[in-house]
Amino acid sequence: MSSKGIPDDMLVCRCEEITADEIRQAIREGARDVTGVKRRVRAGMGLCQGRICEKFVQQILCQELHMGLVQTGRSTARPPVRPVPFGELARGCGNDL
Amino acid sequence: MILEKDVVVIGAGPAGLAASIEAAKAGAGVLLVDLNLKAGGQLFKQIHKFFGSRAHYSGTRGYDIGRKLVREAESLKVDVWLQSTAVGVFPGNKVGIERILDGGVKKLYTVHGKAVIIATGASENAVCFKGWTRPGVMGAGAAQTMVNVNHVRPGKKIVMLGSGNVGLIVSYQLMQAGCDVLALVEAAPKIGGYAVHAAKISRAGVPIITSHTIVEALGDEKGTVRGAVIAKVDSHFQPISGTERTIECDTIAIAAGLRPVVDLTRLMNCASVFEPVFGGFIPLHNTDMETSVKGIYVAGDSTGVEEASVAMEEGRIAGTAAAQSLGYLSAAEAGKTKKLLWERVNSLRSGPFGERRLTAEKNLLEHFREEIREPQPEIMIGGLAHGAD
Ligand SMILES: Cc1cc2nc3c(=O)[nH]c(=O)nc-3n(C[C@H](O)[C@H](O)[C@H](O)COP(=O)(O)OP(=O)(O)OC[C@H]3O[C@@H](n4cnc5c(N)ncnc54)[C@H](O)[C@@H]3O)c2cc1C
Repeated sequence: MSSKGIPDDMLVCRCEEITADEIRQAIREGARDVTGVKRRVRAGMGLCQGRICEKFVQQILCQELHMGLVQTGRSTARPPVRPVPFGELARGCGNDL
Repeated sequence: MILEKDVVVIGAGPAGLAASIEAAKAGAGVLLVDLNLKAGGQLFKQIHKFFGSRAHYSGTRGYDIGRKLVREAESLKVDVWLQSTAVGVFPGNKVGIERILDGGVKKLYTVHGKAVIIATGASENAVCFKGWTRPGVMGAGAAQTMVNVNHVRPGKKIVMLGSGNVGLIVSYQLMQAGCDVLALVEAAPKIGGYAVHAAKISRAGVPIITSHTIVEALGDEKGTVRGAVIAKVDSHFQPISGTERTIECDTIAIAAGLRPVVDLTRLMNCASVFEPVFGGFIPLHNTDMETSVKGIYVAGDSTGVEEASVAMEEGRIAGTAAAQSLGYLSAAEAGKTKKLLWERVNSLRSGPFGERRLTAEKNLLEHFREEIREPQPEIMIGGLAHGAD
Protein backbone atom coordinates (compact mmCIF):
# COMPACT_ATOMS: atom_id res chain seq x y z
CA MET A 1 0.00 0.00 0.00
CA SER A 2 1.17 3.51 -0.69
CA SER A 3 2.34 5.55 2.29
CA LYS A 4 -0.19 8.17 1.30
CA GLY A 5 -2.65 5.37 1.83
CA ILE A 6 -5.65 4.37 -0.22
CA PRO A 7 -6.62 7.43 -2.34
CA ASP A 8 -9.72 9.29 -1.09
CA ASP A 9 -11.81 8.63 -4.20
CA MET A 10 -11.16 4.87 -4.18
CA LEU A 11 -14.17 2.63 -3.72
CA VAL A 12 -13.38 0.54 -0.65
CA CYS A 13 -16.66 -1.22 0.16
CA ARG A 14 -18.12 -2.19 -3.19
CA CYS A 15 -21.38 -3.68 -1.84
CA GLU A 16 -22.42 -0.42 -0.18
CA GLU A 17 -20.33 1.82 -2.49
CA ILE A 18 -18.32 3.53 0.22
CA THR A 19 -15.12 5.44 -0.66
CA ALA A 20 -11.93 5.79 1.37
CA ASP A 21 -12.87 9.42 1.95
CA GLU A 22 -16.16 8.44 3.58
CA ILE A 23 -14.34 6.01 5.83
CA ARG A 24 -11.84 8.71 6.82
CA GLN A 25 -14.79 11.02 7.54
CA ALA A 26 -16.28 8.36 9.84
CA ILE A 27 -12.94 8.18 11.66
CA ARG A 28 -12.91 11.98 12.04
CA GLU A 29 -16.37 11.68 13.53
CA GLY A 30 -15.10 9.30 16.17
CA ALA A 31 -15.02 5.77 14.70
CA ARG A 32 -12.19 3.89 16.39
CA ASP A 33 -12.63 0.38 15.04
CA VAL A 34 -14.21 -1.62 12.22
CA THR A 35 -17.58 -1.70 13.97
CA GLY A 36 -17.52 2.08 14.51
CA VAL A 37 -16.92 2.63 10.79
CA LYS A 38 -19.65 0.15 9.88
CA ARG A 39 -22.21 1.88 12.13
CA ARG A 40 -21.47 5.30 10.66
CA VAL A 41 -21.14 4.60 6.93
CA ARG A 42 -22.32 0.99 6.36
CA ALA A 43 -18.94 -0.27 5.08
CA GLY A 44 -19.12 -4.04 5.54
CA MET A 45 -22.89 -4.11 5.94
CA GLY A 46 -23.69 -5.30 2.42
CA LEU A 47 -24.07 -8.67 0.73
CA CYS A 48 -20.54 -9.87 1.42
CA GLN A 49 -20.65 -8.75 5.06
CA GLY A 50 -17.18 -7.22 4.88
CA ARG A 51 -15.45 -10.33 3.60
CA ILE A 52 -13.69 -8.25 0.96
CA CYS A 53 -13.40 -4.75 2.40
CA GLU A 54 -12.75 -5.43 6.08
CA LYS A 55 -9.04 -5.68 5.39
CA PHE A 56 -9.03 -2.27 3.65
CA VAL A 57 -11.06 -0.64 6.44
CA GLN A 58 -8.56 -2.05 8.94
CA GLN A 59 -5.70 -0.66 6.83
CA ILE A 60 -7.22 2.82 6.79
CA LEU A 61 -7.88 2.73 10.55
CA CYS A 62 -4.26 1.66 11.19
CA GLN A 63 -2.93 4.51 9.05
CA GLU A 64 -5.22 7.24 10.32
CA LEU A 65 -5.04 6.35 14.01
CA HIS A 66 -1.54 4.80 14.11
CA MET A 67 -2.94 1.70 15.70
CA GLY A 68 -2.15 -2.00 15.37
CA LEU A 69 -4.24 -4.20 13.13
CA VAL A 70 -5.58 -6.31 16.00
CA GLN A 71 -6.87 -3.16 17.78
CA THR A 72 -9.03 -2.29 14.78
CA GLY A 73 -11.15 -5.27 15.74
CA ARG A 74 -13.61 -7.08 13.54
CA SER A 75 -17.25 -6.45 12.98
CA THR A 76 -19.71 -8.66 14.81
CA ALA A 77 -20.67 -11.75 12.84
CA ARG A 78 -24.39 -12.22 12.48
CA PRO A 79 -26.50 -14.93 10.89
CA PRO A 80 -27.13 -15.66 8.12
CA VAL A 81 -23.44 -15.61 7.13
CA ARG A 82 -24.47 -15.89 3.47
CA PRO A 83 -27.44 -14.00 1.96
CA VAL A 84 -30.80 -15.77 2.33
CA PRO A 85 -33.95 -14.35 0.66
CA PHE A 86 -36.78 -13.35 2.98
CA GLY A 87 -39.24 -15.54 1.07
CA GLU A 88 -37.27 -18.57 2.03
CA LEU A 89 -37.32 -17.68 5.69
CA ALA A 90 -41.07 -17.13 5.44
CA ARG A 91 -41.57 -20.49 3.74
CA GLY A 92 -40.35 -22.09 6.93
CA CYS A 93 -38.20 -25.00 7.82
CA GLY A 94 -37.60 -27.85 5.37
CA ASN A 95 -37.26 -30.24 8.30
CA ASP A 96 -41.01 -30.35 8.71
CA LEU A 97 -41.69 -31.54 5.18
CA MET B 1 -38.63 -30.93 14.33
CA ILE B 2 -34.87 -30.72 14.25
CA LEU B 3 -32.84 -33.31 12.33
CA GLU B 4 -30.31 -35.18 14.44
CA LYS B 5 -26.83 -36.36 13.44
CA ASP B 6 -23.82 -37.51 15.42
CA VAL B 7 -21.48 -35.30 13.44
CA VAL B 8 -22.24 -32.42 11.07
CA VAL B 9 -19.28 -31.47 8.87
CA ILE B 10 -19.39 -28.10 7.08
CA GLY B 11 -17.31 -27.92 3.89
CA ALA B 12 -16.44 -30.90 1.66
CA GLY B 13 -12.86 -29.98 0.78
CA PRO B 14 -10.02 -32.34 1.69
CA ALA B 15 -10.36 -31.39 5.38
CA GLY B 16 -14.12 -31.97 5.62
CA LEU B 17 -13.98 -35.16 3.55
CA ALA B 18 -11.17 -36.63 5.66
CA ALA B 19 -13.00 -35.67 8.87
CA SER B 20 -16.21 -37.32 7.63
CA ILE B 21 -14.34 -40.47 6.62
CA GLU B 22 -12.65 -40.88 10.01
CA ALA B 23 -15.83 -40.24 12.01
CA ALA B 24 -17.89 -42.57 9.80
CA LYS B 25 -15.22 -45.27 9.96
CA ALA B 26 -15.51 -45.22 13.74
CA GLY B 27 -19.27 -45.73 13.42
CA ALA B 28 -20.65 -42.20 13.75
CA GLY B 29 -23.55 -40.98 11.60
CA VAL B 30 -22.18 -38.11 9.52
CA LEU B 31 -23.82 -35.34 7.51
CA LEU B 32 -21.41 -33.49 5.20
CA VAL B 33 -22.64 -30.26 3.61
CA ASP B 34 -21.06 -28.14 0.87
CA LEU B 35 -22.36 -25.18 -1.06
CA ASN B 36 -20.89 -26.38 -4.36
CA LEU B 37 -22.35 -28.78 -6.94
CA LYS B 38 -19.54 -31.25 -6.29
CA ALA B 39 -17.62 -32.38 -3.23
CA GLY B 40 -13.84 -31.87 -3.21
CA GLY B 41 -13.36 -28.18 -2.42
CA GLN B 42 -10.24 -26.69 -3.96
CA LEU B 43 -9.09 -30.12 -5.14
CA PHE B 44 -11.42 -30.08 -8.12
CA LYS B 45 -9.66 -27.06 -9.54
CA GLN B 46 -6.20 -28.56 -9.18
CA ILE B 47 -5.35 -30.25 -12.46
CA HIS B 48 -1.62 -30.22 -11.71
CA LYS B 49 0.35 -32.94 -9.93
CA PHE B 50 0.64 -32.26 -6.23
CA PHE B 51 3.84 -31.48 -4.40
CA GLY B 52 4.56 -32.94 -0.98
CA SER B 53 5.25 -36.46 0.24
CA ARG B 54 4.23 -39.84 -1.21
CA ALA B 55 2.00 -40.50 1.82
CA HIS B 56 0.13 -37.40 0.79
CA TYR B 57 -0.39 -38.28 -2.84
CA SER B 58 2.44 -36.19 -4.26
CA GLY B 59 2.55 -36.63 -8.02
CA THR B 60 -1.21 -37.19 -8.04
CA ARG B 61 -3.49 -34.61 -9.57
CA GLY B 62 -5.71 -32.72 -7.14
CA TYR B 63 -8.99 -33.83 -8.70
CA ASP B 64 -7.95 -37.50 -8.50
CA ILE B 65 -7.32 -37.09 -4.77
CA GLY B 66 -10.74 -35.45 -4.49
CA ARG B 67 -12.45 -38.29 -6.34
CA LYS B 68 -10.79 -40.90 -4.16
CA LEU B 69 -11.92 -39.15 -0.98
CA VAL B 70 -15.47 -38.70 -2.26
CA ARG B 71 -15.70 -42.41 -3.16
CA GLU B 72 -14.42 -43.40 0.27
CA ALA B 73 -16.91 -41.13 2.03
CA GLU B 74 -19.75 -42.54 -0.05
CA SER B 75 -18.76 -46.14 0.66
CA LEU B 76 -18.88 -45.33 4.38
CA LYS B 77 -22.45 -44.04 3.99
CA VAL B 78 -21.64 -40.44 4.78
CA ASP B 79 -24.75 -38.39 4.03
CA VAL B 80 -23.60 -35.73 1.56
CA TRP B 81 -25.73 -32.66 0.92
CA LEU B 82 -24.45 -30.60 -2.00
CA GLN B 83 -25.63 -27.11 -2.94
CA SER B 84 -26.19 -26.75 0.77
CA THR B 85 -24.82 -23.72 2.58
CA ALA B 86 -24.40 -23.52 6.32
CA VAL B 87 -25.77 -20.05 7.03
CA GLY B 88 -25.29 -20.19 10.77
CA VAL B 89 -24.21 -22.30 13.71
CA PHE B 90 -26.17 -21.61 16.87
CA PRO B 91 -25.78 -22.41 20.58
CA GLY B 92 -26.39 -26.06 21.30
CA ASN B 93 -24.63 -27.07 18.06
CA LYS B 94 -27.56 -26.33 15.79
CA VAL B 95 -26.57 -25.76 12.19
CA GLY B 96 -28.79 -23.70 9.89
CA ILE B 97 -28.52 -25.00 6.32
CA GLU B 98 -29.92 -23.54 3.13
CA ARG B 99 -30.31 -26.44 0.71
CA ILE B 100 -31.17 -26.28 -2.98
CA LEU B 101 -33.45 -29.20 -3.79
CA ASP B 102 -34.24 -30.75 -7.18
CA GLY B 103 -36.05 -28.22 -9.31
CA GLY B 104 -34.10 -25.39 -7.76
CA VAL B 105 -36.33 -24.90 -4.73
CA LYS B 106 -34.40 -23.62 -1.74
CA LYS B 107 -35.25 -24.81 1.74
CA LEU B 108 -33.89 -24.05 5.16
CA TYR B 109 -33.03 -26.88 7.52
CA THR B 110 -31.85 -27.02 11.10
CA VAL B 111 -29.64 -29.96 11.93
CA HIS B 112 -28.39 -30.68 15.42
CA GLY B 113 -24.94 -32.24 15.45
CA LYS B 114 -23.65 -33.75 18.66
CA ALA B 115 -20.34 -32.61 17.25
CA VAL B 116 -19.85 -29.99 14.51
CA ILE B 117 -16.70 -29.81 12.39
CA ILE B 118 -16.12 -26.56 10.51
CA ALA B 119 -13.88 -26.96 7.44
CA THR B 120 -14.88 -23.98 5.32
CA GLY B 121 -11.50 -23.37 3.67
CA ALA B 122 -10.08 -19.99 2.69
CA SER B 123 -11.03 -17.03 0.52
CA GLU B 124 -8.89 -14.84 -1.69
CA ASN B 125 -7.46 -11.50 -0.62
CA ALA B 126 -8.41 -8.49 -2.72
CA VAL B 127 -5.95 -5.73 -3.60
CA CYS B 128 -7.10 -2.12 -3.71
CA PHE B 129 -5.67 -0.21 -6.71
CA LYS B 130 -7.33 2.36 -8.90
CA GLY B 131 -9.99 0.57 -10.94
CA TRP B 132 -9.94 -2.64 -8.84
CA THR B 133 -13.73 -2.91 -9.05
CA ARG B 134 -13.81 -2.95 -12.87
CA PRO B 135 -15.23 -6.05 -14.59
CA GLY B 136 -12.20 -8.07 -15.64
CA VAL B 137 -10.36 -7.77 -12.33
CA MET B 138 -10.72 -11.04 -10.45
CA GLY B 139 -9.09 -13.40 -8.01
CA ALA B 140 -6.66 -15.95 -9.47
CA GLY B 141 -8.73 -18.66 -7.79
CA ALA B 142 -11.83 -17.40 -9.57
CA ALA B 143 -9.99 -17.48 -12.89
CA GLN B 144 -8.88 -21.03 -12.09
CA THR B 145 -12.45 -22.10 -11.34
CA MET B 146 -13.56 -20.61 -14.65
CA VAL B 147 -11.05 -22.50 -16.79
CA ASN B 148 -10.72 -25.79 -14.89
CA VAL B 149 -14.23 -26.32 -13.57
CA ASN B 150 -16.51 -24.37 -15.89
CA HIS B 151 -14.29 -24.52 -19.01
CA VAL B 152 -14.74 -20.83 -19.72
CA ARG B 153 -11.82 -18.49 -20.41
CA PRO B 154 -11.96 -15.40 -18.20
CA GLY B 155 -10.41 -13.36 -21.02
CA LYS B 156 -7.86 -13.49 -23.83
CA LYS B 157 -5.03 -11.37 -22.51
CA ILE B 158 -4.19 -11.75 -18.85
CA VAL B 159 -1.92 -9.95 -16.41
CA MET B 160 -1.33 -11.85 -13.15
CA LEU B 161 -0.43 -10.11 -9.90
CA GLY B 162 1.51 -12.26 -7.42
CA SER B 163 4.14 -14.95 -8.02
CA GLY B 164 3.41 -17.35 -5.19
CA ASN B 165 2.46 -20.90 -6.13
CA VAL B 166 -1.13 -19.90 -6.80
CA GLY B 167 -0.07 -17.11 -9.20
CA LEU B 168 2.41 -19.39 -10.98
CA ILE B 169 0.16 -22.43 -11.27
CA VAL B 170 -2.92 -20.50 -12.33
CA SER B 171 -0.91 -18.56 -14.95
CA TYR B 172 0.23 -21.83 -16.46
CA GLN B 173 -3.27 -23.31 -16.41
CA LEU B 174 -4.67 -20.19 -18.07
CA MET B 175 -2.09 -20.69 -20.83
CA GLN B 176 -3.08 -24.35 -21.16
CA ALA B 177 -6.65 -23.15 -21.59
CA GLY B 178 -5.57 -20.96 -24.47
CA CYS B 179 -5.24 -17.56 -22.81
CA ASP B 180 -2.27 -15.26 -23.38
CA VAL B 181 -0.57 -14.47 -20.09
CA LEU B 182 1.28 -11.27 -20.87
CA ALA B 183 3.13 -10.80 -17.60
CA LEU B 184 3.30 -11.92 -14.04
CA VAL B 185 3.85 -8.93 -11.75
CA GLU B 186 5.42 -9.39 -8.32
CA ALA B 187 6.01 -6.67 -5.69
CA ALA B 188 8.76 -8.57 -3.89
CA PRO B 189 12.28 -8.58 -5.35
CA LYS B 190 12.10 -12.31 -5.99
CA ILE B 191 9.64 -14.98 -7.06
CA GLY B 192 7.50 -16.31 -4.20
CA GLY B 193 6.59 -19.83 -5.35
CA TYR B 194 8.51 -22.99 -6.18
CA ALA B 195 11.20 -22.88 -8.87
CA VAL B 196 9.60 -25.76 -10.82
CA HIS B 197 6.40 -23.81 -11.31
CA ALA B 198 8.26 -20.59 -12.16
CA ALA B 199 10.39 -22.42 -14.72
CA LYS B 200 7.32 -23.59 -16.64
CA ILE B 201 6.16 -19.99 -16.95
CA SER B 202 9.54 -18.64 -17.96
CA ARG B 203 10.10 -21.40 -20.53
CA ALA B 204 6.84 -20.36 -22.16
CA GLY B 205 8.27 -16.86 -22.50
CA VAL B 206 6.09 -15.09 -19.94
CA PRO B 207 8.04 -12.34 -18.21
CA ILE B 208 7.96 -12.42 -14.40
CA ILE B 209 8.40 -8.78 -13.48
CA THR B 210 9.62 -8.53 -9.88
CA SER B 211 9.73 -5.36 -7.71
CA HIS B 212 6.65 -4.09 -9.55
CA THR B 213 2.99 -3.70 -8.72
CA ILE B 214 -0.25 -2.84 -10.49
CA VAL B 215 -1.23 0.76 -9.79
CA GLU B 216 -4.29 1.02 -12.00
CA ALA B 217 -6.74 -1.01 -14.04
CA LEU B 218 -7.63 1.08 -17.10
CA GLY B 219 -11.15 0.79 -18.47
CA ASP B 220 -12.66 0.99 -21.94
CA GLU B 221 -15.82 2.95 -22.79
CA LYS B 222 -17.97 0.30 -21.07
CA GLY B 223 -15.76 0.35 -18.00
CA THR B 224 -14.27 -3.10 -18.45
CA VAL B 225 -10.53 -3.69 -18.20
CA ARG B 226 -8.45 -2.66 -21.22
CA GLY B 227 -5.06 -2.42 -19.55
CA ALA B 228 -2.95 -2.65 -16.43
CA VAL B 229 -0.67 0.18 -15.42
CA ILE B 230 2.30 -1.27 -13.59
CA ALA B 231 5.08 0.58 -11.74
CA LYS B 232 8.35 -0.26 -10.06
CA VAL B 233 8.24 -0.29 -6.24
CA ASP B 234 10.87 0.86 -3.74
CA SER B 235 12.11 -1.21 -0.80
CA HIS B 236 8.95 -0.30 1.16
CA PHE B 237 6.76 -1.55 -1.70
CA GLN B 238 5.77 2.02 -2.61
CA PRO B 239 5.26 2.66 -6.35
CA ILE B 240 7.96 4.95 -7.73
CA SER B 241 6.35 7.68 -9.80
CA GLY B 242 7.69 8.05 -13.30
CA THR B 243 8.21 4.29 -13.70
CA GLU B 244 4.64 3.54 -14.85
CA ARG B 245 3.97 1.64 -18.04
CA THR B 246 0.83 0.13 -19.49
CA ILE B 247 0.25 -3.47 -20.51
CA GLU B 248 -2.82 -3.88 -22.71
CA CYS B 249 -4.99 -6.71 -21.40
CA ASP B 250 -8.61 -7.61 -20.78
CA THR B 251 -8.20 -9.46 -17.48
CA ILE B 252 -6.24 -8.82 -14.31
CA ALA B 253 -5.98 -11.83 -12.00
CA ILE B 254 -4.90 -11.30 -8.42
CA ALA B 255 -3.00 -13.92 -6.45
CA ALA B 256 -2.36 -11.99 -3.26
CA GLY B 257 -2.84 -14.76 -0.78
CA LEU B 258 -5.73 -16.42 0.94
CA ARG B 259 -7.21 -16.09 4.35
CA PRO B 260 -9.25 -18.42 6.50
CA VAL B 261 -13.06 -18.31 6.19
CA VAL B 262 -14.03 -17.94 9.83
CA ASP B 263 -17.55 -16.50 9.74
CA LEU B 264 -19.12 -19.54 11.42
CA THR B 265 -16.59 -19.78 14.25
CA ARG B 266 -16.98 -16.04 14.81
CA LEU B 267 -20.70 -16.50 15.06
CA MET B 268 -20.12 -19.08 17.79
CA ASN B 269 -17.73 -16.69 19.56
CA CYS B 270 -14.91 -19.21 19.37
CA ALA B 271 -11.77 -17.61 20.83
CA SER B 272 -9.53 -16.50 17.97
CA VAL B 273 -6.10 -14.97 17.39
CA PHE B 274 -4.41 -13.06 14.60
CA GLU B 275 -1.61 -15.16 13.13
CA PRO B 276 -0.07 -13.79 9.91
CA VAL B 277 1.77 -17.08 9.29
CA PHE B 278 -1.64 -18.74 8.87
CA GLY B 279 -3.21 -15.95 6.84
CA GLY B 280 -5.03 -13.83 9.44
CA PHE B 281 -7.59 -14.34 12.19
CA ILE B 282 -8.05 -18.00 13.08
CA PRO B 283 -9.97 -19.89 15.75
CA LEU B 284 -7.84 -21.28 18.57
CA HIS B 285 -7.98 -25.04 18.93
CA ASN B 286 -6.46 -27.82 20.99
CA THR B 287 -4.78 -31.04 19.90
CA ASP B 288 -8.25 -32.48 19.22
CA MET B 289 -8.84 -29.58 16.76
CA GLU B 290 -11.63 -28.57 19.15
CA THR B 291 -12.27 -24.84 19.58
CA SER B 292 -12.92 -22.95 22.80
CA VAL B 293 -16.59 -23.96 22.37
CA LYS B 294 -17.00 -27.60 23.37
CA GLY B 295 -18.22 -29.81 20.55
CA ILE B 296 -17.15 -27.39 17.79
CA TYR B 297 -14.11 -28.55 15.85
CA VAL B 298 -12.12 -26.95 13.02
CA ALA B 299 -9.80 -28.29 10.30
CA GLY B 300 -8.03 -27.30 7.12
CA ASP B 301 -7.46 -23.87 5.60
CA SER B 302 -10.18 -22.35 7.81
CA THR B 303 -7.84 -22.79 10.75
CA GLY B 304 -4.73 -21.61 8.89
CA VAL B 305 -3.98 -21.46 5.17
CA GLU B 306 -1.61 -24.30 4.30
CA GLU B 307 -1.90 -27.28 1.97
CA ALA B 308 -4.32 -30.04 1.12
CA SER B 309 -2.01 -32.56 2.79
CA VAL B 310 -2.16 -30.74 6.14
CA ALA B 311 -5.89 -30.13 5.68
CA MET B 312 -6.52 -33.88 5.32
CA GLU B 313 -4.52 -34.75 8.45
CA GLU B 314 -6.25 -32.06 10.48
CA GLY B 315 -9.59 -33.32 9.24
CA ARG B 316 -8.70 -36.85 10.30
CA ILE B 317 -7.72 -35.60 13.76
CA ALA B 318 -11.00 -33.70 14.14
CA GLY B 319 -13.04 -36.68 12.88
CA THR B 320 -11.27 -39.05 15.26
CA ALA B 321 -11.68 -36.72 18.24
CA ALA B 322 -15.35 -36.11 17.46
CA ALA B 323 -16.01 -39.87 17.23
CA GLN B 324 -14.16 -40.33 20.51
CA SER B 325 -16.21 -37.64 22.24
CA LEU B 326 -19.37 -39.52 21.24
CA GLY B 327 -18.06 -42.81 22.58
CA TYR B 328 -17.36 -44.48 19.23
CA LEU B 329 -13.66 -44.81 20.05
CA SER B 330 -11.95 -45.45 23.37
CA ALA B 331 -9.47 -42.89 24.66
CA ALA B 332 -6.68 -45.39 24.06
CA GLU B 333 -7.68 -46.12 20.45
CA ALA B 334 -8.27 -42.50 19.57
CA GLY B 335 -5.12 -41.40 21.38
CA LYS B 336 -2.98 -43.72 19.29
CA THR B 337 -4.52 -42.52 16.04
CA LYS B 338 -4.24 -38.85 16.94
CA LYS B 339 -0.62 -39.23 17.96
CA LEU B 340 0.20 -40.74 14.58
CA LEU B 341 -1.73 -38.04 12.73
CA TRP B 342 0.00 -35.24 14.62
CA GLU B 343 3.36 -36.77 13.77
CA ARG B 344 2.34 -36.65 10.12
CA VAL B 345 1.22 -33.03 10.38
CA ASN B 346 4.52 -32.12 12.02
CA SER B 347 6.51 -33.88 9.34
CA LEU B 348 4.64 -31.86 6.70
CA ARG B 349 5.64 -28.65 8.44
CA SER B 350 9.33 -28.74 7.52
CA GLY B 351 11.54 -26.47 5.44
CA PRO B 352 11.74 -22.72 6.05
CA PHE B 353 7.98 -22.08 5.57
CA GLY B 354 6.99 -25.23 7.38
CA GLU B 355 9.13 -24.47 10.40
CA ARG B 356 7.47 -21.10 10.86
CA ARG B 357 4.11 -22.86 10.80
CA LEU B 358 5.32 -25.52 13.23
CA THR B 359 6.36 -22.81 15.70
CA ALA B 360 3.14 -20.85 15.17
CA GLU B 361 1.05 -23.99 15.72
CA LYS B 362 2.94 -24.77 18.90
CA ASN B 363 2.26 -21.25 20.21
CA LEU B 364 -1.43 -21.56 19.38
CA LEU B 365 -1.74 -24.84 21.24
CA GLU B 366 0.12 -23.31 24.21
CA HIS B 367 -2.18 -20.31 24.13
CA PHE B 368 -5.24 -22.55 24.11
CA ARG B 369 -3.96 -24.52 27.07
CA GLU B 370 -3.22 -21.40 29.07
CA GLU B 371 -6.32 -19.40 28.25
CA ILE B 372 -9.06 -21.89 27.47
CA ARG B 373 -8.64 -25.29 29.05
CA GLU B 374 -6.26 -28.14 29.69
CA PRO B 375 -5.75 -30.66 26.91
CA GLN B 376 -7.21 -34.13 26.84
CA PRO B 377 -4.81 -36.06 29.02
CA GLU B 378 -3.91 -38.82 26.59
CA ILE B 379 -1.65 -37.19 24.03
CA MET B 380 1.00 -34.98 23.11
CA ILE B 381 3.81 -35.43 20.85
CA GLY B 382 7.24 -34.30 19.76
CA GLY B 383 7.58 -30.65 18.93
CA LEU B 384 4.00 -29.94 19.88
CA ALA B 385 4.10 -31.45 23.36
CA HIS B 386 1.88 -29.52 25.72
CA GLY B 387 3.84 -27.93 28.48
CA ALA B 388 7.19 -29.11 27.17
CA ASP B 389 9.53 -27.08 24.98
C1 LIG C 1 -3.75 -22.90 -7.28
C2 LIG C 1 -3.63 -23.78 -6.07
C3 LIG C 1 -2.74 -24.84 -6.10
C4 LIG C 1 -2.61 -25.68 -4.99
N1 LIG C 1 -1.73 -26.72 -5.06
C5 LIG C 1 -1.57 -27.55 -3.99
C6 LIG C 1 -0.64 -28.67 -4.04
O1 LIG C 1 0.01 -28.90 -5.07
N2 LIG C 1 -0.52 -29.45 -2.93
C7 LIG C 1 -1.25 -29.22 -1.78
O2 LIG C 1 -1.12 -29.97 -0.80
N3 LIG C 1 -2.13 -28.17 -1.72
C8 LIG C 1 -2.30 -27.33 -2.78
N4 LIG C 1 -3.19 -26.26 -2.72
C9 LIG C 1 -3.88 -25.97 -1.45
C10 LIG C 1 -5.11 -26.80 -1.22
O3 LIG C 1 -5.96 -26.73 -2.34
C11 LIG C 1 -5.85 -26.28 0.02
O4 LIG C 1 -4.96 -26.12 1.10
C12 LIG C 1 -6.92 -27.26 0.45
O5 LIG C 1 -7.88 -27.41 -0.57
C13 LIG C 1 -7.63 -26.81 1.74
O6 LIG C 1 -8.62 -27.74 2.07
P1 LIG C 1 -9.89 -27.36 2.93
O7 LIG C 1 -10.71 -28.59 2.99
O8 LIG C 1 -9.46 -26.74 4.20
O9 LIG C 1 -10.63 -26.20 2.12
P2 LIG C 1 -11.28 -26.15 0.65
O10 LIG C 1 -10.66 -27.11 -0.26
O11 LIG C 1 -11.28 -24.72 0.30
O12 LIG C 1 -12.78 -26.62 0.91
C14 LIG C 1 -13.69 -25.86 1.68
C15 LIG C 1 -15.10 -26.18 1.21
O13 LIG C 1 -16.03 -25.60 2.12
C16 LIG C 1 -17.13 -25.09 1.40
N5 LIG C 1 -17.80 -24.10 2.23
C17 LIG C 1 -17.28 -22.93 2.71
N6 LIG C 1 -18.19 -22.28 3.46
C18 LIG C 1 -19.31 -23.06 3.47
C19 LIG C 1 -20.59 -22.92 4.08
N7 LIG C 1 -20.90 -21.87 4.86
N8 LIG C 1 -21.50 -23.90 3.86
C20 LIG C 1 -21.21 -24.97 3.08
N9 LIG C 1 -20.00 -25.16 2.49
C21 LIG C 1 -19.07 -24.20 2.69
C22 LIG C 1 -16.51 -24.56 0.13
O14 LIG C 1 -17.44 -24.49 -0.89
C23 LIG C 1 -15.43 -25.61 -0.16
O15 LIG C 1 -15.91 -26.63 -0.99
C24 LIG C 1 -3.37 -25.41 -3.82
C25 LIG C 1 -4.26 -24.34 -3.78
C26 LIG C 1 -4.42 -23.53 -4.90
C27 LIG C 1 -5.40 -22.38 -4.84
